[in-house]
Amino acid sequence: MVAHTELPAQVPHEKILNNKHFERCNNEKTPVNSAGGTKGKVHHQNGTTISTQNGYASPGYENSNVPNKKKIHQKEEECSIFVAFFTFLSYGVLLLVGHIKEFFSRATTKEKNREGYVPLYIGFESFYTRNVYRRIQDCWNRTICSVPGAEIDLMERYTPDYGWTMKLTGKIIKCINAGSYNYLGFAENKGPCHDAAEHTTKEVGITTSSPRMELGTLEIHRELEQLVIEFLGVEDAITFGMGFATNVLNLPSLLDPSCLVLSDEFNHASLILGLRLSGATVKVFRHNNSEDLEKKLREALICGHPRTHRPWKKAIIVVEGIYSMEGSICDLPNFVRIKKKYKTYLYVDEAHSIGALGPNGGGVVDYYGVDPKEVDIQMGTFTKSFGAAGGYIAGSKDLINHLRVTSHAQIYASSMSPPVAQQIITSMSIIMGKKGSGEGERRLNQLARNTKYFRRRVKYMGFIVYGNEDSPVVPVILYLPAVTA
Amino acid sequence: MSSQWNVYESFQALLQAGPYHLALEGVLVMCIIWLFTAKKQPSKLIRLTKKEEEELIAEWMPEPLVPNPPKEDHPALHTRTIYGKPGRYLDLGTGEKLLNLGTHSYLNLGERPEVEEAALECLHKYGVGSCGPRGFYGTTEVHLKLEDRLAVFFNCEKAVLYSYGFSTSASAIPAYSKSGDVIYADEMVNFALQRGLQASRSRIVYFRHNDVEHLRELLEEQSRLDKKDPKKANATRKFMVVESIYINTGMMCPLPELVKLRQKYKLRLFIDESVTFGTLGPNCRGITDHYNIPMKEVDMIMANLESSAASSGGFCVGTEFVIEHQRLSGLGYCFSASLPPMLAAASIKVLDILESEGCELVVVLQDKCRQIQEVLSKLSSKLEVSGEDISPVKHLRLRESTGDREADENILRKIVEKAESHGLALTLASYLWEKEASPPLPSIRITVNKDLTTEEIQKVGEAIQKAVMEVME
Repeated sequence: MVAHTELPAQVPHEKILNNKHFERCNNEKTPVNSAGGTKGKVHHQNGTTISTQNGYASPGYENSNVPNKKKIHQKEEECSIFVAFFTFLSYGVLLLVGHIKEFFSRATTKEKNREGYVPLYIGFESFYTRNVYRRIQDCWNRTICSVPGAEIDLMERYTPDYGWTMKLTGKIIKCINAGSYNYLGFAENKGPCHDAAEHTTKEVGITTSSPRMELGTLEIHRELEQLVIEFLGVEDAITFGMGFATNVLNLPSLLDPSCLVLSDEFNHASLILGLRLSGATVKVFRHNNSEDLEKKLREALICGHPRTHRPWKKAIIVVEGIYSMEGSICDLPNFVRIKKKYKTYLYVDEAHSIGALGPNGGGVVDYYGVDPKEVDIQMGTFTKSFGAAGGYIAGSKDLINHLRVTSHAQIYASSMSPPVAQQIITSMSIIMGKKGSGEGERRLNQLARNTKYFRRRVKYMGFIVYGNEDSPVVPVILYLPAVTA
Repeated sequence: MSSQWNVYESFQALLQAGPYHLALEGVLVMCIIWLFTAKKQPSKLIRLTKKEEEELIAEWMPEPLVPNPPKEDHPALHTRTIYGKPGRYLDLGTGEKLLNLGTHSYLNLGERPEVEEAALECLHKYGVGSCGPRGFYGTTEVHLKLEDRLAVFFNCEKAVLYSYGFSTSASAIPAYSKSGDVIYADEMVNFALQRGLQASRSRIVYFRHNDVEHLRELLEEQSRLDKKDPKKANATRKFMVVESIYINTGMMCPLPELVKLRQKYKLRLFIDESVTFGTLGPNCRGITDHYNIPMKEVDMIMANLESSAASSGGFCVGTEFVIEHQRLSGLGYCFSASLPPMLAAASIKVLDILESEGCELVVVLQDKCRQIQEVLSKLSSKLEVSGEDISPVKHLRLRESTGDREADENILRKIVEKAESHGLALTLASYLWEKEASPPLPSIRITVNKDLTTEEIQKVGEAIQKAVMEVME
């Protein structure tokens, strides 16, 4: 998103919501109490009404002829052929120019002191970096110098040599922040989270210098794990110092080469790396498509291991809650149904959805009202909605005990830093309503409202937007590389 | 030059062609028609009926998600909790504070007030989390400053910062080495490096621990094979991965000989300096400083900031050509949130301290390491100590193993428990035995702290001696 363009004249809020081309959203959030919440009504554009629980429509299997308010299998809007043609043309021209340039002069970046060595970078990856990425690299790796809140201070950069190096000018630009993963706004430098983190830094220090298995377990880690158990409604949970490492280091201890994994097309790099390191056989199904999943699962179960044809020891479906690049929310009820039918296990990576979806902030499991015990392995990170760092895995006691004994991170990697753990404890307590007197609920409601408003407004302005309507991740497709830069 | 062929002239040419020519063309056309119209061979795949498929699916019984859950009394499920602030002394809830010989805080910089001040100052400005990967507004001024300072500290061009020590090694190696390349690694490299080697999909050749001759033999063999197939050799990159001081054994790698081998056989050298960051060398710049080897002989140095630097995360330093590649190819860099700024600020302060007082700190630490080594080697005949004199990491092993690894571990665990009652907090070195490439022997890992006094060192020797006597005699 371009940082500081001026928005055109405001379209009145009511006009958008009353526009009959959009579904009416009538779920004003009333205070959620633990005794079951309120029942409201949602009016569909075709005139039917279905009852809701806590403001969200239930999947509605009992009345299957009623269209489900939660759109899952939406076909993404496609751009015009004109735009598609010019996008391909842009890339084609860039690659052609790159080839011509490299034909006449060898790659301008040369390695020193290593004459006679096999080149370190061969292949298309570095060609792409030199010729395409370099030209538009100002879009990424931008430097900030303030807390990533609603407004952010960006440090201006310029390039004196067409993108080979970027230098800071020293000027600071104040922008509205639509780029950080700060869904609930807990990345703040004042307030209860900041104060608690300061107190912890002074009391406990900032590092443990030891893995959890040895001398790295502090009281605060135990407190954090108890809180996570309460928040998610599971039997047991375990936390790690880094979200990426949670996937990479724990999937190998759960899976082995005699296991089958069905992984979504657009799964995150950490899941793919973790699955690769585990050695399990991975079959990829089309994004969020439960029919394709069922078909591939049946085939794999019937045929057994591709080489030995032995039956699989176990099968796991690996999906994410919200996909960070597509903005889509996973079709959890259908996946749970398939999982039960075929006796497989389900692993849900809620990196982006925990804290950001669901009436209580419990993630995609809470959003659909699925029983947490149906999802065998719930994984998530604390980086996004909680404004900290780290990851967790939650599930049954046996599972977590197994991870405590065999997880690579428990044995070799340092434990989470205490102020980070404290930040999670404070923000999670606020979301749960234990602290802050309604602050958590206010933030959850505000996020849901902001998401809906933003998505509609952007669509109204004519942009092509991917993803589910309730997802706070909003991919606005720009197509042409020249437009992005 | 050539006038346009028109249809009439083509037809004339066809009629003038010889009969043999026409016959050959006719046969070729018939072949093509046959290829397109011939019936396909019946597929060899057996098609099951719907009923058979349903039966197979119904019969399939998966094992439980965790087939052998650990027993409730497994020691890993009862790890010790530390109360209060970890430092030179630890409070394990036993009543008295125990001398800390288990955590990797060699220089004890986490206890310095200025480091805490720097972290708090950054907390007041940036909050705790950075809420984004480096590519999407997770890069703060603090990160850039730390990377510049690290590059200057090591006298290199650039540095790249990771948010977790384990991910540093595990992401850096696969960014350069792909399938088809060869990596020569010491057999005792730490687990994070082993995961990096596995993730790279290259051919891994382990050489015996610190055995330069064995490495030379392996390289010689490879170069003979290369001469036979120079084309393949020119497309295969070769790497060498070692640690400066191995955390699994406490021994130092013979860097000058390795550099000579690197130059002769055209390898690229990656060194993991997690243990020696700030603890080795007259200017505390690590092993290249210790052996006085210029930085251009080493391709990349990786280290984590979780030991001497009293913070979190890790980094890689090297030339710009090598390091900048990781900004797009290092998985743990691109696809993960950046280091919390307050921890980066603490590391910057640590670098300030190392640059001003580093030389003295290293001297003091190495003196203490030598003293501890002396005390430990005079211990009971049942235990032997392994590790360099000046290494801050040492291992205590059973001189005569019982033959069963679990029994050895149990004995050592009992020694650790007894030592607690004598005022020492030790730790058993923990490993994932089934997954290690060459599992080390069970041992107690002792880490030396710069601030140990002579009396405390004496106390260490006595306490371990008592614990051993109680357990083994």
